[in-house]
Amino acid sequence: MSGPMRLADGGLIDRSRAVSFVFDGKSYQGYAGDSLASALLANGVVLFGRSFKYHRPRGVMAAGIEEPSALVQAGSGGRYEPNSRATDVFIYDGLQSQSQNRWPSLGFDLGGLNSLISPFIPAGFYYKTFFGGPKLWLLYEQLIRQMAGLGMPPTKADADIYEHRAAFCDVLVVGSGPAGLAAALSASAAGSRVILAEQDERLGGSLLTDPATIDGLSSDQWIAKARESLIASGGRILTRTTAAGYYDHDLVNLVERLTEPGQTPGADGLAQRLWRVRAGKVILATGAFERPRLFEGNDLPGVMLSGAVRTYLRRYGVRAGSRAVITTDNDDAYRTALALADAGSSIAAILDSRPADGVHSPLVQKAMAQLPVYFGAKLIAAKGSAKGLKGASALIDGKVTALDCDLIAVSGGFSPVVHLHMQAGGTLAWDELSGSFSPDQTRQNQTTVGAAAGVDGLSATLLNGWTKASSKAKAKAAPTCASDDDVALNIIADWEPAPQASLKKAFVDYQNDVTAADLDLAWREGYRSVEHLKRYTTLGMATDQGKTSNLVGLARLAKSEGRPVPSVGLTTFRPPYTPVTLGVLAAEATGAHLDPRRRPVLYQTHAAEQPIWQPVGYWHRPRAYPMGTENLHQAAHRESLTVRTKVGVTDVSTLGKFDVSGPDAAIFLELICATTVGKLAVGRGRYTIMLREDGMVMDDGTVWRTQENRFLLTSSTGGADRMAAHLSYVRKVIAPHLKVAVANVQEHWAAVAVAGPLAKDVVASVLPQMAVPRHMSLDVGDLAGVPTLTLAASYSGERAFEIYAPSDQIEPVWAAIAKAARDIGGCLYGLEALEILRIEKGHIVVGGEIDGRASPHDLGLSKMLRPAGGYIGHTALQRPAFAEPGRLQMVGFEAVDGAAIPEGSMVLTAPKTLPVGHVTAAGLNVIKGGSIALGFLRDGFSRTGEGLIAWSPTRNQTAKVKVTAPVFYDVAGVQYRD
Amino acid sequence: MLLIACPNCGPRAQAEFTFERPLASIVTPTETLPDLIHKLFTRDNPRGPSWELWRHTYGCAGWLKVHRDTHSHQISAVVPVDMETPS
Repeated sequence: MSGPMRLADGGLIDRSRAVSFVFDGKSYQGYAGDSLASALLANGVVLFGRSFKYHRPRGVMAAGIEEPSALVQAGSGGRYEPNSRATDVFIYDGLQSQSQNRWPSLGFDLGGLNSLISPFIPAGFYYKTFFGGPKLWLLYEQLIRQMAGLGMPPTKADADIYEHRAAFCDVLVVGSGPAGLAAALSASAAGSRVILAEQDERLGGSLLTDPATIDGLSSDQWIAKARESLIASGGRILTRTTAAGYYDHDLVNLVERLTEPGQTPGADGLAQRLWRVRAGKVILATGAFERPRLFEGNDLPGVMLSGAVRTYLRRYGVRAGSRAVITTDNDDAYRTALALADAGSSIAAILDSRPADGVHSPLVQKAMAQLPVYFGAKLIAAKGSAKGLKGASALIDGKVTALDCDLIAVSGGFSPVVHLHMQAGGTLAWDELSGSFSPDQTRQNQTTVGAAAGVDGLSATLLNGWTKASSKAKAKAAPTCASDDDVALNIIADWEPAPQASLKKAFVDYQNDVTAADLDLAWREGYRSVEHLKRYTTLGMATDQGKTSNLVGLARLAKSEGRPVPSVGLTTFRPPYTPVTLGVLAAEATGAHLDPRRRPVLYQTHAAEQPIWQPVGYWHRPRAYPMGTENLHQAAHRESLTVRTKVGVTDVSTLGKFDVSGPDAAIFLELICATTVGKLAVGRGRYTIMLREDGMVMDDGTVWRTQENRFLLTSSTGGADRMAAHLSYVRKVIAPHLKVAVANVQEHWAAVAVAGPLAKDVVASVLPQMAVPRHMSLDVGDLAGVPTLTLAASYSGERAFEIYAPSDQIEPVWAAIAKAARDIGGCLYGLEALEILRIEKGHIVVGGEIDGRASPHDLGLSKMLRPAGGYIGHTALQRPAFAEPGRLQMVGFEAVDGAAIPEGSMVLTAPKTLPVGHVTAAGLNVIKGGSIALGFLRDGFSRTGEGLIAWSPTRNQTAKVKVTAPVFYDVAGVQYRD
Repeated sequence: MLLIACPNCGPRAQAEFTFERPLASIVTPTETLPDLIHKLFTRDNPRGPSWELWRHTYGCAGWLKVHRDTHSHQISAVVPVDMETPS
């Protein structure tokens, strides 16, 4: 026997397998099949945690995922989960669990002092108390953070593996109680592919608590047979799998737990799996939640939902108390009373709020014959402490009566679980008598069956699940049951607490410590909309999302308003249905798998040089090639100096490249490019810019006429995908009439750039048969049998060439050029040197100066624009704002007092004034030395020579600067020509 | 996540597609400035059925006209961009 409260036999636990676990440092034993809650209850533990705000002692309220109070943290280090419900953790050997929200210990909790001052922390306490300036708030924040929050966040990275899987089915059934199983069997019999998801580790739902005889079999046998039959017909059954979200077009996310919280996974390391199921039809058989009732001390350890008491008794063989009081507004709680009496507990009273003159069902009559049943009776208060209940007081026949008990089983009626139905865009219908919302209209292809649809009684539930699942299903083929308590619930909802009960200790939301008095106060203070009430009191905003509390709270608000519940309104049901581990949402997309890594074709060749790498979009490119002990800065400076004085070689294979051909190729490119293209001679190229429709510069590159009707267009590496989409959009949507074909040849061509005063010598030595093309001209050649295309274009400001070759043949081309350059004192250079060189030359770059906010005018490129217009962005450039004073215009900055201009700094006229501009890129004057930068400045074109301050508060650096033109090297532009 | 029936590829998840813009916001090269400003900056935000331009970026890469209800997310038609749509 694992503990004093465990029955000698019975239940669905495996008594041959004892399981050892730890709760709050103490070792306990349970059985395989126990939840943490049932195992602790079996051991006589009644205190599970402290409440959020008042640190009141709390026990376990429910037996399922709706549990608001018994929150624990499980595991440690990289396998740690806070805020797990003790009712939703199945124990395993070595489970380490702890209660939450108590300090220094669960039994002695200093925060419990809050309950002494509870009259002073009413609804909206934070809003009413913590007034004052920002400095005062910093102090408050410390205090609030100390006391607020539920479990502690993990401190280590998640150690486990998670995965996503996509699945498709004709019918997805959520929930495997009698309705769900009947529905799955019915759909399967009709030939549908079925997926059945059950959040519990066992199939059966309510049958696990209330066994019955179905189709002549015990419910255990019937469940086992249903499982076999579904699997035999190709169905997929997922247990420990929660339907967390219902999204558009019948996409349902299922979260499958392969390990319990804190548990080490099996050999594959997989902890959880997220199924993204696109279903032809979804059947929601999600059951109903029992509701608590309002009385004083309704949160004390020993107060439990009636159905939960029965579940612990029948499923887990645990008796939650030896002397019980039952408070109910329906017949179901009588099952609990009779089951407790059968198990040897005494029943102090059944307090039934319904009137005595109603028709009593056989179930009620049976209880009346052997137990003290009082109609029109209400519980006033539970009395007790962290050690458990010490009795109760009740209103019986109009008199206050004391009752002796150690357990109170509460049933305030049942609320259908409509969360997924509502996430799918459904509507609800209200039933005043039972006080419940059930599904009405649906927007998607879903049906709700069983208790979730408000269906009462086992035979009706089986029939409902069977017939709703398939249009082919015949009612006479539905599973049938023989059960002596196959009766309706006969709920008569009664939300009103006994007048003698103090509402300051009558809890509505147990997890966020919201009382009925808080709701009444909030209403008096004017919070009358349900959305306002929710946010002001935090009703339903805890991790349980108000599963047990929302309707009780709504009914309270409706009473204050004097309106019916449905007219008060409901808050929105949002995914996830129960808390979901972040790891399973991310799954494989963590660490190196977060983004794909694109490697240029020469990646391995660069790797042999041991460069410093830099990510550019998804690409990984060499940033610099340090020699010896050089750091990044030293290497990049050496590389740029070599380019300026001798020759450098760099890999530019990642540039965007597009082959544009056809009779209308030139007309097409004149739509794309804001510069003149049509007049380009064959064999010549031009620098070009592309604008967005709103007139801002989108990208820049070069355009080359390779044949009369064929062009090569290049664009930036980072913007290549966007440019590909833009070209496609213009070709297919804007100008489908043009006869033009566009091929994305970004990875077809690899390219090597050679730059420097000696670049021409390198090209001449590797391509001896070819005449070296002049600036902005191209020619084809042959290098060691590889066909090449040589473009004479300069980015660095030196005489330079880009030598293109098919990607799969670039290796010998690169090797030959690198060797030729090194033989005459040249070197390889990376992105950092490229950046230094382009800043010095004032060349703009996507993501730097081309930031989506700069027009060609702002960038000083007005003279390049095609005067005839007709390009995309031309019309928008007429917008008056582009001509107004005060625009940020591109300028250069030169440091004047030796301090380096900080990267990313803002530009001020004087300290502590508002910024008038900003630095986009800071570098150095390669030959002369000194810090330079590019950036934007209000009306910058007319401020050359002005002295300003570049200030970076994040780096805590300041430099005095002088405004210059945005070019610092070879202003006359002679270096890159012959 | 929407399920979009690409006329070339069949029903595919929204993740394969890219929303481009409402069909009414396509800017032609000859657009006047006021029309351009309306289409880019002061767009209508309809509640209900609306024609939109999408691209099956991670599928056939084709441009598609999608008739989608912005409120219910019902999609009643998906046609290639060069096909006429009822106005």
